[in-house]
Amino acid sequence: MYINGMASIAAQTEEDLFAENLQSFSENIFPATSVNYKEYIKPMMLRRMSKTIKMGLVTAKRALNEAGVDVPDSIIVGTGEGCKQDTEKFLENILDENESFLTPTAFIQSTHNTVGGQIALDLKCTGYNMTYTQNSASFESALIDAKLQFTEEMGTRCVLVGGVDEIARISTPFYNLDGQLKAGEINTAKILQSSSEGTITSEGAAFFLLSEIRTQDSFAEISDCMIYRNISEEKLQEEISWFLKKNDLKIDELDVVILGNNGDTRYDHYYQQLQEDLFKNTLQLGYKNWVGDYNTVTAYACWLGAEILKRKEIPQQLKLNNLPLKQPTSILVYNQYLGKNHSLTLLRSL
Amino acid sequence: MSRSVAVTGMGIFSAIGKNLEENHRSLIHGKHGLSYPEILETVHQNLPIGEIKSTNSDLADALNLDKNHAFTRAALLGTIALKEALQNAKIEDFINIGFVNGNSVGGMDMTERFYREYESNPANRRFIQAQHPGFTTEQIAGYFGIDNYVTTISTACSSAANAVMLGARLIQSGRLDQVIVGGTDCLSRFTLNGFNSLMIYSEDFPKPFDSERKGLNLGEAAAYLVLESADFAKNKEVLGYVSGYGNANDAFHQTASSENGEGAYLAMQKALETANLNPHHIDYINAHGTATQNNDLSESRALIRIFKEMPAFSSTKSFTGHTLAAAGAIEAVFSLLAIKHQQIYPNLNFNSAISDTRLRPVTELKSTKIQHVLSNSFGFGGNCTSLIFSKDE
Repeated sequence: MYINGMASIAAQTEEDLFAENLQSFSENIFPATSVNYKEYIKPMMLRRMSKTIKMGLVTAKRALNEAGVDVPDSIIVGTGEGCKQDTEKFLENILDENESFLTPTAFIQSTHNTVGGQIALDLKCTGYNMTYTQNSASFESALIDAKLQFTEEMGTRCVLVGGVDEIARISTPFYNLDGQLKAGEINTAKILQSSSEGTITSEGAAFFLLSEIRTQDSFAEISDCMIYRNISEEKLQEEISWFLKKNDLKIDELDVVILGNNGDTRYDHYYQQLQEDLFKNTLQLGYKNWVGDYNTVTAYACWLGAEILKRKEIPQQLKLNNLPLKQPTSILVYNQYLGKNHSLTLLRSL
Repeated sequence: MSRSVAVTGMGIFSAIGKNLEENHRSLIHGKHGLSYPEILETVHQNLPIGEIKSTNSDLADALNLDKNHAFTRAALLGTIALKEALQNAKIEDFINIGFVNGNSVGGMDMTERFYREYESNPANRRFIQAQHPGFTTEQIAGYFGIDNYVTTISTACSSAANAVMLGARLIQSGRLDQVIVGGTDCLSRFTLNGFNSLMIYSEDFPKPFDSERKGLNLGEAAAYLVLESADFAKNKEVLGYVSGYGNANDAFHQTASSENGEGAYLAMQKALETANLNPHHIDYINAHGTATQNNDLSESRALIRIFKEMPAFSSTKSFTGHTLAAAGAIEAVFSLLAIKHQQIYPNLNFNSAISDTRLRPVTELKSTKIQHVLSNSFGFGGNCTSLIFSKDE
């Protein structure tokens, strides 16, 4: 699958990422950078939209613009937690008003497929429209669907695929209560060296316009993707080797691995074991200390990988080890959250 | 179609029965499952719902769950239905099986109960993550030890139909040989109040396709199909084939359907194309038929656009209520039962046709030859899906 266009919104800007100017936060929940949504969405519409719809719609449109595509054949979205803000709003109304005097606006925008539906509505796209919500494997589920589409004889030429998740005022801080987030003083830049449980979270969106055939706009390729709900560390090593082999890559031919270390001492061993063993001679990058961990943060990781392949440049602040810099041609993204929903995604240069 | 997709097992739990046999018996005896809330704690005691009259602790006991389990009601219903599907398909080894679950409100039943208590009551905090559909899928997959390809589709009321479609595609592409597909959703105050605030919730029992229809009634259910490639299904009883599918977007409005049912029309057209069938091959249509003014008129118009001669059709939501993300799965089971028993289940509570479209559903149990069944499921966000199930020849 060739990437012809992409866009991302996260807690860091693209400029800061490559200018070695990434920002640190002192909270365990921090927002995505603000974007001028008005450039892409009418003010009337904008007022009714939650952040996830805004971020999703704007990144989708920017990815389409970059690829020079008006309407894709299919729209596939991954979102672990969907429209939390509208869900929260409607739920609080139910609880506060004891199930009376309710207006439906927040309810109708609360379904997990709202972003996919709103993109279709905006583009007047009547094609295939799907939404996956499998925790940290939501975006990858969408990628696997896109890959299936291109193998089917349905005439699909280009697919818009993305991942999006937002922070909500009450429901996100709940993660302080069940041990998902770090307690105490936080310096996000340093969390990968932390010796405590939990992580930090944020929000974001990344969309890709994928094309079946290589065109003059293509700049990288998403070759393959696999998901595993549950896997042991031993089996993981075997699966990674098998996955690379299936894609005609030897482990020492892999240039970069983008790892999902999030500073949670309970689960980072999945990454650490690979860092010390299978990937000890591979350039390792980590990113969650800069953009937080959320269900579809791997869409950002794929955007990052594709951006590295496009620029042939490594953001220095993301390096987890110090190996000589090669011209990057192949990048593996590995991720899991709370030891579940593991994923492998392979990106390659053209 | 490159590889055929056989259905080798199914399981169901709905307001009209806790297994296949009970559901079938209710369908042939015209016994609906709508009642007033007893388990769901709501002020709307006047609104009929398709409620399963088992408490969460009854369901957890039936599954021998630990006292501190974190199963949502959707996970409890789903696990019971999935157990039946796996027994039915005689599957005991889960190493390479995939699982695609359709779910819309996840553990909203738990979220709405504990939202204001999480701060003060640590015991309930195990349900914090339960709000989202993936968690319910995790619980079900974890119960059976399904570890590899596991995903959740959440496209509101077409979720399970989309899960069936994805399962069929995964098998056809050769990516999987065995996959469990379907969906689960439980009743919640969130959805009941949501549809009620949209003024499309009926205070009477649902009357799909009737000129006097007053809106939908929600239900809760879970149902799953076991899909297998031809090689894997070789020595098994095949209940039917998933022969066609199509998904399209209405691209008209977040919740309402377009006047001429464009999304529905395109979905049915694609399903016929993938099945390589003409409209006249369809013997029965299990319609989406929610009994809202908007859906039934829009769906009728789309049906008329596709079918020059209208096949027999009915909406079994008059039995179960609208079970949201599970609807596509329970209606897939009813479609396959229709094929197995060569009979069409009635559309209850129908009196007079919509004057505009004049479509009359089947209102009595009818025995007839059935080779191909089309099943429709449409959801919020303009999401429209049609599936075609065909008899084993």
